[in-house]
Amino acid sequence: MLKLDGINKIFNEGTPDEKIALADINLHLKPGDFVTIIGSNGAGKSTMMNMVSGALTPDFGTVSIDGNNVTALPEYKRSQFIGRVFQDPMAGTAPTMTIEENVALAYSRNKRRGLRIGVDKKRREFFKESLEMLGLNLENRLSAKVGLLSGGERQALSLLMATFTKPSILLLDEHTAALDPSRAELITSITKHLVEKDNLTTLMVTHNMQQALDLGNRLIMMDKGQIILEVGEDRKHELTIPDLMAEFESIRGEKMNSDRALLG
Amino acid sequence: MFTAIFGSVEQGIIYAIMALGVYLTFRVLDFPDLTVDGSFVTGAATAATMILLGYHPILATLVAIVAGFIAGCMTGILHTKGKINPLLSGILMMIALYSINLRIMGLTAENTIGRPNIPLLNSETIFSQFQGFWSNLGIDAALNNVLNSIGIQRVPGTWGTLMVVLLITILIKFIADWFLKTEVGLAIRATGDNKRMIRSFSANTDTLIILGLGLSNALVAFSGALIAQYSKFADNGMGIGMIVIGLASVIIGEAIFGTKTIMRTTLAVIAGAIIYRIVLALALRVDFLDTGDMKLITAVIVIMALIIPQFANKNKERKRKAKRAQSVIIAKQGGSDLA
Repeated sequence: MLKLDGINKIFNEGTPDEKIALADINLHLKPGDFVTIIGSNGAGKSTMMNMVSGALTPDFGTVSIDGNNVTALPEYKRSQFIGRVFQDPMAGTAPTMTIEENVALAYSRNKRRGLRIGVDKKRREFFKESLEMLGLNLENRLSAKVGLLSGGERQALSLLMATFTKPSILLLDEHTAALDPSRAELITSITKHLVEKDNLTTLMVTHNMQQALDLGNRLIMMDKGQIILEVGEDRKHELTIPDLMAEFESIRGEKMNSDRALLG
Repeated sequence: MFTAIFGSVEQGIIYAIMALGVYLTFRVLDFPDLTVDGSFVTGAATAATMILLGYHPILATLVAIVAGFIAGCMTGILHTKGKINPLLSGILMMIALYSINLRIMGLTAENTIGRPNIPLLNSETIFSQFQGFWSNLGIDAALNNVLNSIGIQRVPGTWGTLMVVLLITILIKFIADWFLKTEVGLAIRATGDNKRMIRSFSANTDTLIILGLGLSNALVAFSGALIAQYSKFADNGMGIGMIVIGLASVIIGEAIFGTKTIMRTTLAVIAGAIIYRIVLALALRVDFLDTGDMKLITAVIVIMALIIPQFANKNKERKRKAKRAQSVIIAKQGGSDLA
């Protein structure tokens, strides 16, 4: 489904600020895989997500989706089959547009946008049904501007919009990190529901180790631009946070910097 | 007095088309496009040149619209493909159009490369053609009789121009309202709102910016073409400060009528353009002001439209707080009375 082959990326090459962001990353996702990614700041998690989405292009190496080489495809073309939710709840929606207009934008992701009215009667019903699933009463506020929604509501809407057209790949970039614990939990359960409903192939970056263990069937740990640990389906369900910490220490020979790696 | 206001309403309705174009870039696309000063003249120059060369006024106007569209697209290409700052892209295009407009008007005379103005005194225009049809209807006489009966002696020569510009502007308003609700329109609005988000929904923001700027400047050029036919001349200086007038219309309209929905906002912009013209006409009737002061008056109107709402809001806020403080005090007194 998704294949990263020998991806390398260096930022500010040839300057004193040179930083190896990704060093020979190889990753292969089968259809329906849900991979959680953990690692400290600067490990290359977000860079890897940006490689998949097309926001960044690798120095060398290839990205393939559904067997097609998409390395040179710009972000807006790739996003036909990639859904993405950002960390910032403000980033995934258009604030001055209404809820239904935002959903309409998501709805036409994999279609050619033309001079059809974005929200007609038939679509409105369909949007309403889909919004009901979130359980946030958004379906009765279709013509409210999204800028008026709370961070949690906006993130739930972003999530629904990202998964609306059943994308080949779903990218979740710390999408619960900016929310308070109860909202984060709600978003996590919505995530679980949406991903399972359509059996979406998903990559999720998180700083919350417990979340990384609870969600998904595979887990990878990154450090200094490399994948240092891969846990498959067979072992993931019995893994605990102390296990992960111990693994990190044995691989890197140093204590894990757990400042931001929330243990909760 | 009445005829002066009547004339400003006519002009205001034509300038409203330009203001809708400015609304499309400044508000919808969030792109401060200064091409307007140039593309307005491009529209006027193209229409006037073609009319003088003997083409049908409607064809001339249509070509003017296309010329404006191309000018806007060029600004968009400078910004998106050339990665030039939005303001600078517009200014560059504006200054380039200054020379291009001279050349367009130069086409009207042999052995002339550039020409700074074109009079259309005896030429057919959209308005003169409509007049032929309109005067047969006898509506002018009826309306003017009504005016006479309420004591207005100096009546407008014709109501036909007002009717035709009103018709055109309302039609454009409805087209704009519809367009901004289509899939492409929604994507353009999202581009102005959150580029990163709409890119992640497979929209090419570069194309949308270019398209938006093209449509905006097509409207501006349309307005220019109509003004040239209305005032029966095109002049290379007629676009100076046009962007400020457009912004003034948008800001005045939004301040008075609000921006709750797209339909309401486009109506507000049109009303803003008319109000601006009326205020300007009234200001010019003040004894010590001269037509040369027009740009200064424009600047003052825009500054007032920007500042007065702030004061009004503050005042409202203060009154609301005072009222709440009052009610709290009363509640406390009531409480102590009970105790």
